[in-house]
Amino acid sequence: MTRAAGRDRLPAPALGLAVVAVAFFTLPFVGLLWRTPWGDAWGVLSQPAVRQALRLSVVCSLWATGLSLLFGVPLAWLLARVDFRGRSVVRAMCTLSMVLPPVVGGVALFFALGRRGLFGQYLDRWFGVRLPFSTAAVVVAQTFVAMPFLVLTVEGALRQMDRRYDDAARTLGASRWYAFRRVTLPAARPAVIAGVVLAWARALGEFGATITFAGNFPGRTRTIPLSTYLALQSSPDEALILSLLLIAVSFVVLVGLRDRWLGGIRAPAGAG
Amino acid sequence: MALDIDLRLRLGRLELAAALRVEPGEMVAVLGPNGAGKTTLLRAVAGLQPVDEGRIAVDGAVLDDPSNGTFVPPERRPVGVVFQDHLLFATMSALENVAFGLRARGVHRREAREIAGGWLDRVGLGSYAGERPGALSGGQSQRVALARALAIDPRVLVLDEPLAALDAAARPTVRRDLRRHLESFDGMRLMVTHDPVDAYALADRIVVLEAGRVTQAGRLADVTAHPRSHYVAQLVGLNLVRGRFADHRLLLDSGAEVVTADAVAEGPAFAAIRPQAVSLHRHRPEGSARNVWSATVADIDLHDDRARVTLAGALPMVAEVTPGALADMALRPGDEAWASVKATDIAVYPA
Repeated sequence: MTRAAGRDRLPAPALGLAVVAVAFFTLPFVGLLWRTPWGDAWGVLSQPAVRQALRLSVVCSLWATGLSLLFGVPLAWLLARVDFRGRSVVRAMCTLSMVLPPVVGGVALFFALGRRGLFGQYLDRWFGVRLPFSTAAVVVAQTFVAMPFLVLTVEGALRQMDRRYDDAARTLGASRWYAFRRVTLPAARPAVIAGVVLAWARALGEFGATITFAGNFPGRTRTIPLSTYLALQSSPDEALILSLLLIAVSFVVLVGLRDRWLGGIRAPAGAG
Repeated sequence: MALDIDLRLRLGRLELAAALRVEPGEMVAVLGPNGAGKTTLLRAVAGLQPVDEGRIAVDGAVLDDPSNGTFVPPERRPVGVVFQDHLLFATMSALENVAFGLRARGVHRREAREIAGGWLDRVGLGSYAGERPGALSGGQSQRVALARALAIDPRVLVLDEPLAALDAAARPTVRRDLRRHLESFDGMRLMVTHDPVDAYALADRIVVLEAGRVTQAGRLADVTAHPRSHYVAQLVGLNLVRGRFADHRLLLDSGAEVVTADAVAEGPAFAAIRPQAVSLHRHRPEGSARNVWSATVADIDLHDDRARVTLAGALPMVAEVTPGALADMALRPGDEAWASVKATDIAVYPA
C-alpha cells in the first residue's frame, strides 16, 4: 500500500494546486449542505407542485434516455465502424450540444422546430404538431443535450473492440445485423450502460435548452431544474432542497459508474 | 470437386498473386515468413477480403470472381475458419459459441444446443459446455474454436496459425489432438503457418508463400529435400546455392564452383548441401573431397552437442561440427579456414 502510494507521490507544488482544485469543487456543496434546512425537506418534497415537477422530470428524462439509446447506438456504430468522407464533421455536429451553452441549443431548436421554424412550420401544417412549449419539447430538448454522452461513450468502446470478432461471426453464418446484435452489442454492454446512465443524468439536470424551447409551464414543461431556478426567487429553502436532490442523484450516478462500469469500458474487447 | 484458388490482390504493401488447389480430404499447409500474405490468402477464401482479380471456387461453385461480379459474402460460404487466437465470443459459454453458427442460420435454439453439445463431446469438452472462454486453457479454447467452425458443416476448413497462440509446453499435445480431430473431417483443409513443425505434423502437401508469391509447392519430402529458396533451405536446415550447371559443375555468379557427382541437364540449377557434410580444416586439406575452398568464419553458434559455423566468402555456407573439433581447431569469428565437401554429398536439381 505505502509503496504504491510512494511511487505515485506528486511533487509538492502540483499537489498544492490539486488540493486547491478539490476544494474548489467541494466547497460549494459544503456551503449548500450547511444552509440546507433539513427539517423542511419532507415538507418541500411533498408539495403537489414539487411532486408534479418530479414526476415530469423522471418521465421526460426516461423518454430522452430511451430515444438516445435508440438512435445513439446506431450513430455510435456509424461513427466508429464506417469509413466515410466527412466523418469528423458529422461527429462534431452530433456532439456539438455537449459544449454549446444549452440556451443556444434551445434557441436553435426553436428556430428549427418552432411553429414558424424551418421544419416546424411543416410539422404544424401537415401533421398539426406543435412542439414548442409542450412536454414533447422537453423530451426533445433533453435528448438534444444528452445523446452525445451516450454516443461518445459507446463509440469509444466500439473503436477499441477487435473487429475480427465480427469477422468470426460472419464466417459462422451471421449477417452484419445478427453479428452486431449478438456479438458486438453484448461486448459493448458495459459502455452502453455507462452511456445510458450518463445520458439520463444529463437529461435529468437539463435546464437551458428546456426553458428556451419548451418554456416553463407547471405540469407540462416545468421540470425539477426549472422549479429550482424559480424557487430561488421566492423561497430559497425550497431551491436548496431541490438542488440537493439533483446533486445527490448525480453524485450517486458518478460514483456508481466509476466503480462498476467505467472500468469495464477500458477492459480489452472480447475479454469484457 | 476441390477448392480452387487463383487470385491476385493488393493490400497496402502486399501484392499477393497465388494459385493453389486443395483436394477433398487433403490438408495443405501454406508455409511462409511473416508478412508473406498467408493470412490474407485465408481471408480471401473466407470472404473477408475480396480479390482484385482471379477466382475462388469450391466444388465448382464460384465464390469470388471480379470479372463477372460474383462475390459470395462470408456468411454464405461453405467455409469454416479457426482463427489464430481462436476469437471465442467472451460473452457466451463454450456451448453457445459452438451453437452460434447454427443459430445464425436459423436452427432452433434447442436443436442448435443439442448439435453443439455433440461437437463439444467429440472434441472431448462435453463437461466444459457451460464454461466461459476465459476459463479455458489455450488448447481447450482451440478445440472449442474447431468445434464451432465444424458445427456449421463446411466443405472447407481453414486454420490460421492454429498453434501459434499456445505456449511451447502445450503445443505437442494440442498438435496431436488437432491432427486427430482434423482427420475426421472429409472436406478440403487449408492451414497457414510459419512453423514447419506444424506443417510436418498436420499437412499432406505444403505450399511455400514468400512476399505474396508461391515459391515452391509439393509433397513434404520433395520440398524439404529440394528447397528452391533460401527461406525453405533455412527452415529445413540445408545450405542452398544456385548457379548454372554444366559438366558435373555448378558455376555460381560469385565465380565459385561446386563439383557434383550427380548430373542434371545443362542450365540453371540448385545444389543443396547438409551442414554436417561440410568439413572444416585449419590448413588446406589433402584427400578425396573434390570441393575444397578457403573461407572466413563469420559466426559461430554453439549448441550442446554441435557447433554451427557460418562461413562467408565466394561460397557462403553453414558447417556443423562437434564442439570438440571446433576446440581442437581453435577457430574464432574472423579466422580464415578451409572447408571441404565430397561431391557425393551434394544434391543437385534443376532450378
